[in-house]
Amino acid sequence: MTDNSTPNPALQRRNKRYAAERRFRLYGIVSISIALGALCLLIGSMASKGWSAFQQTYLILEVELSKEDLAPGGKIDAATLREANYVSYLRKALRAEIPGVKSRRDRRSLYKLISNGASLDLQNLILADASLIGRKVTFAAIASDDVDQYVKGNISAGKGGKISSKQAAWIKALTEAGKVKKRFNTNLFSNGDSREPELAGIWGAAVGSLLTMFLTVLLSFPLGVAAAIYLQEFARKNRWTDIIEVNINNLAAVPSIVFGLLGLAVFLSFFGLPRSAPLVGGIVLALMTLPTIIIASRAALGAVPPSIREAAIGMGASPMQVVLHHVLPLAFPGILTGTIIGAARALGETAPLLMIGMVAFIVDIPGSLTDPATVLPVQIYLWADSPERAFVERTAAATLILLTFLILMNLIAVILRKKFERRW
Amino acid sequence: MNMENYRPATATSAPTGMTIDTVLTGEKTIKMESAEETTVKMSTRNLDVFYGDKQALFGIDLDVPERAVTALIGPSGCGKSTFLRCLNRMNDTIDGCRVDGDIRIDQSDIYDRALDVVELRARIGMVFQKPNPFPKSIYDNVAYGPRIHGLAEDKDALDEIVHNALEKAGLLKEVADRLDSPGTGLSGGQQQRLCIARAIAVSPEVILMDEPCSALDPIATAHIEELIDELRENFTIVIVTHNMQQAARVSQQTAFFHLGILVECNSTSEIFTSPSDERTQGYITGRYG
Repeated sequence: MTDNSTPNPALQRRNKRYAAERRFRLYGIVSISIALGALCLLIGSMASKGWSAFQQTYLILEVELSKEDLAPGGKIDAATLREANYVSYLRKALRAEIPGVKSRRDRRSLYKLISNGASLDLQNLILADASLIGRKVTFAAIASDDVDQYVKGNISAGKGGKISSKQAAWIKALTEAGKVKKRFNTNLFSNGDSREPELAGIWGAAVGSLLTMFLTVLLSFPLGVAAAIYLQEFARKNRWTDIIEVNINNLAAVPSIVFGLLGLAVFLSFFGLPRSAPLVGGIVLALMTLPTIIIASRAALGAVPPSIREAAIGMGASPMQVVLHHVLPLAFPGILTGTIIGAARALGETAPLLMIGMVAFIVDIPGSLTDPATVLPVQIYLWADSPERAFVERTAAATLILLTFLILMNLIAVILRKKFERRW
Repeated sequence: MNMENYRPATATSAPTGMTIDTVLTGEKTIKMESAEETTVKMSTRNLDVFYGDKQALFGIDLDVPERAVTALIGPSGCGKSTFLRCLNRMNDTIDGCRVDGDIRIDQSDIYDRALDVVELRARIGMVFQKPNPFPKSIYDNVAYGPRIHGLAEDKDALDEIVHNALEKAGLLKEVADRLDSPGTGLSGGQQQRLCIARAIAVSPEVILMDEPCSALDPIATAHIEELIDELRENFTIVIVTHNMQQAARVSQQTAFFHLGILVECNSTSEIFTSPSDERTQGYITGRYG
């Protein structure tokens, strides 16, 4: 008769096994939770800081557009329109909104409520629609960055601050009159860099990034895949190929700033290529991405089962036909994934590009590979360094935009991989 | 095993049951079981194969008769597959594999510099142990060979080649309505027949089969053996098999390999009824292997 108080050793072992299995799964769950938690923390903090940057404060003003100044004699002339003094119209409108501002200093203080870029917006409005001349127009003028930050509650008014108490009172009056509105900050997406935070945008950096990435992928993809094919399919296994393989693996681990120094010494100093240009940035990043693509491609090529190769060789396919018709199509998803991951890494690189000068303050949108440009991560770095308070939220917003690009690129990698995957 | 006692089957010393004449035309002939004379399609003399330092084959002299099935039998690791892969130079693809000796097809050396190995492999097709259709459609699998060797002038000619090959392989009836479906979606036996169809689509002169039925069930095996019997009217076939009954059913000439040596090569009936070497006797009666 079995004694229930003495535990059955087999049962004990089984229970121990169950407990061990549960613990094993738990370790995995804990690891994933920590990783996801860290990710959420990062993105969450960026989002909370940068969310407000997507809104910009505007002051709604009634602007009188004098017919005599803008269209003398009834004729509309583009040159006259461009040279007109739009600032004065805006200032007049401001004085109309806040009456009783007499002294010169106070007036200057009042005019500081709107941004320097508001007059340019007004000019563009008139150029687009000349019928507005001679009428009173309700115009949304961009508020200055200090007003914007005050309205968002990031800075306080008072002595020694950016917003004086008088300005605070004016802003209060305007708010009560319903003249202070927040709108979506399109400048962030359409403008290039600027000293004025309310006018600063990522478009210049985005175009610079685009041009640089285009050149990077254009150079590194064919070279990387061709090198991988040769090393994996055709090269004989001897000491030389071993040395090459070791060197390529090492190159993938080299700190990226070293590639920047290489770019500085060779491409800028020796070859004399233009500084700060996407041309040099693209070449430097291509050299940096090359080892990653070679390693990923070799792995993808090696994963193709030898039976496919043998079948093709047995059919009388030449070595080139075996690679192009059979091996490469099957390895393609892996190669593509490796390339996009390498490109995503290059998109976020800052250090090598600092070395070759893509850290300058560039206002114009680059038009070609040889125009001076900057890239998105460098733009973030520059904004993080800027003193204006408004740049804090813009830095976080630009980081979110960069992260969105990276997530999109990785998503495309996953989709393309699924699309091209073939089962054998 | 005492090495001095072994006599390799050479062209000059004829084992019982076979005579070798050199006819006036200069072609070598082998007398087969029914006393009919057939020409030698492929032959090897003093074939040695090394994997690195290890020697896998020792001085193999073997003649493969035309339009007949030659079976290579022997215990595991005796070098049958290595020998088979020498015939279409597949061993070239293996790093560290060295092939010494003379291998000829229709009297021309297959290692001759003037001979293109790609063209050689179009003349000598191969079917592997595990069916390995390309991850393409059934049609594209069979059409691949004719396409790369330029055997069809237009789509209709290609269609004809594909249909003929599938029919000869006994697969057409089963897949006629789904030629565009992936080749990998077929059953094991069908996949192997697809591989055979693929091999014969380029009209090779020789078909090498490396244990083609070992991964298949008995019914599929029976189909393939029937197929081999039909194919031998037009093709020279060399088949490696572990299954002695299969060798007995399917082949006209059998070669017994042991530890890298060709112990005995004779007509199938002779090998299985009265083998001259005691090692062959031992293997056939199942004493080892």
